[in-house]
Amino acid sequence: MTSPLFETLQQELVPAAGPATLSHGILVFVLEPTELLPAVQRLQREFAFDIFLDVTAVDWIGQLPRFEVVYHFYSTMHRVRVRLKTRVGEADPGVDSLVPLYGSAAFMERECHDMYGIRFRGNDDLRPILLYEGFVGHPLRKDYPKQQEQPLVPYRS
Amino acid sequence: MDTPLPNPVRSIFEKSLRDDSVIVNIGPSHPATHGTVQIIAELDGERVLRTDVHCGYLHRGFEKECEDHTWHNLIPYVDRLNYVSALINDFAYCDGVEQLMGIQITPRCRYLRTLLSEYSRLVDHLTCLAAGLMELGAMTAFLYLVMIRDYMYEHLAALTGARVTYTYGRIGGLARDLPEGWLTRLEEIFVQYEDFVARVHALVDRNRIFIDRMRDVGVISTADALSYGYTGVILRSTGVPRDLRKDTPYLAYSELDFDVPVGIKGDNYDRYFVRMREMDESIYMMRQLMDMLPDGPINVDDRRCSFPDKPLVYSEIESLINHFKLVMDGPNVPAGEAYSAHESPNGELGFYLVSTGSGTPYKVHCRAPSFVHMGGAHLMLNGYQLADIVPTFGSINMIGGECDR
Repeated sequence: MTSPLFETLQQELVPAAGPATLSHGILVFVLEPTELLPAVQRLQREFAFDIFLDVTAVDWIGQLPRFEVVYHFYSTMHRVRVRLKTRVGEADPGVDSLVPLYGSAAFMERECHDMYGIRFRGNDDLRPILLYEGFVGHPLRKDYPKQQEQPLVPYRS
Repeated sequence: MDTPLPNPVRSIFEKSLRDDSVIVNIGPSHPATHGTVQIIAELDGERVLRTDVHCGYLHRGFEKECEDHTWHNLIPYVDRLNYVSALINDFAYCDGVEQLMGIQITPRCRYLRTLLSEYSRLVDHLTCLAAGLMELGAMTAFLYLVMIRDYMYEHLAALTGARVTYTYGRIGGLARDLPEGWLTRLEEIFVQYEDFVARVHALVDRNRIFIDRMRDVGVISTADALSYGYTGVILRSTGVPRDLRKDTPYLAYSELDFDVPVGIKGDNYDRYFVRMREMDESIYMMRQLMDMLPDGPINVDDRRCSFPDKPLVYSEIESLINHFKLVMDGPNVPAGEAYSAHESPNGELGFYLVSTGSGTPYKVHCRAPSFVHMGGAHLMLNGYQLADIVPTFGSINMIGGECDR
């Protein structure tokens, strides 16, 4: 499935980022963290990508930079999906939040922050969502052992 | 006195908006909400001023657990995401792995998966509607719908061996073929379904109490729905015909004739009606599929993922080794990443899979519609009565297993 939109996107979205690849019907861009927010703004305003589907991260432990933050967008008008990927390091795993652009970003970024410790600059509500206050560590990081036990939370009466 | 313990959930409402407003805590275990979700609501009398929705009470580390099992072993886990329509989870996950492996499933498997996806959608909508109606006191409608659903559960048990979590999908195919007489019984169930759903329509559709509770309650606009990532029934209830089965056809949907029902204003009543209409469309599709169903194998002939026949495993060494390798090492999925999206009864169910070329996934991420929908639930709760939280929450159809993973 190739769409004429994909060619336009490939040439125009982020020319500096190099060629985009087509992976199983989804156009994939690899961006620098600083290019992310402007690229998403253009996706939303100029190319009608109106649904922010998903954000998650992949922990490539041992590689530098360590984390790959993966975004999926869908355009209900063109009926295509785009994936944006950006790499952030372990020392400062921060990317710009998409909360100003999409409402759905708030919850999904909270989950990604829970699981990987990615900090989304501009999302001022990064409270735990699937975990709880007082959870130590980020469970989906590869160096978090599956059998890890959490400090016992005292019984609340 | 000891220092106060931190609350497991920190509310964003540190101060109340007004002097006379009250902050109450609803859930996580409340008899009127099906699902463990906590809603911290600020009330002005009976009116909800603002809400803070918390999920995560059913979090069980699905994605972490996936990274420690072979690709095949995950199928029972994905079943337990949306446990009301487990088959769609199976098929969406298997579709993602098949994309990575470059496998084309057999025609019979493709049509069977489509048929069973629609069957699952039917069961899911029946459950959601029944629960939603029961919460409003419509016990008769609840019993009618759940009775039909139970026929379907038993019928699916005849095929898969389980009533709810089927573990029926396989990478490259299905667990087993249809048993004798299964389609005949399906047609009988359709007749009973039509009888009882007609009675529910008659009881509920123009019922004054029902309309007063549902109409203009929990309204969401199209713009908000899109911004908050809503898909599926809730987006369609706002009047937008967006359905992945039509827009990006997968399985056999491009060959089927069906309508995409939409609502007019995105309130609870529209969501009720869209679900009722979608069930009829599902039946229409399944009847087409019953006629189209071709003969042939259900599993692809690919030794990377399909298990050899059991008699061969016991009689020849190659099949024995093949079986052993598939069980112990898992199927060899080429390195890469894939995102497979299926239209689940709640919305877009996506699986983002990353493989490094081994028998175990490097990462499995589930884009759960329920979770995304919870992110915008406050839009549908704020400004209405406290008692409206129950039907609105019911019409969002949050499934804890999928939301919290």
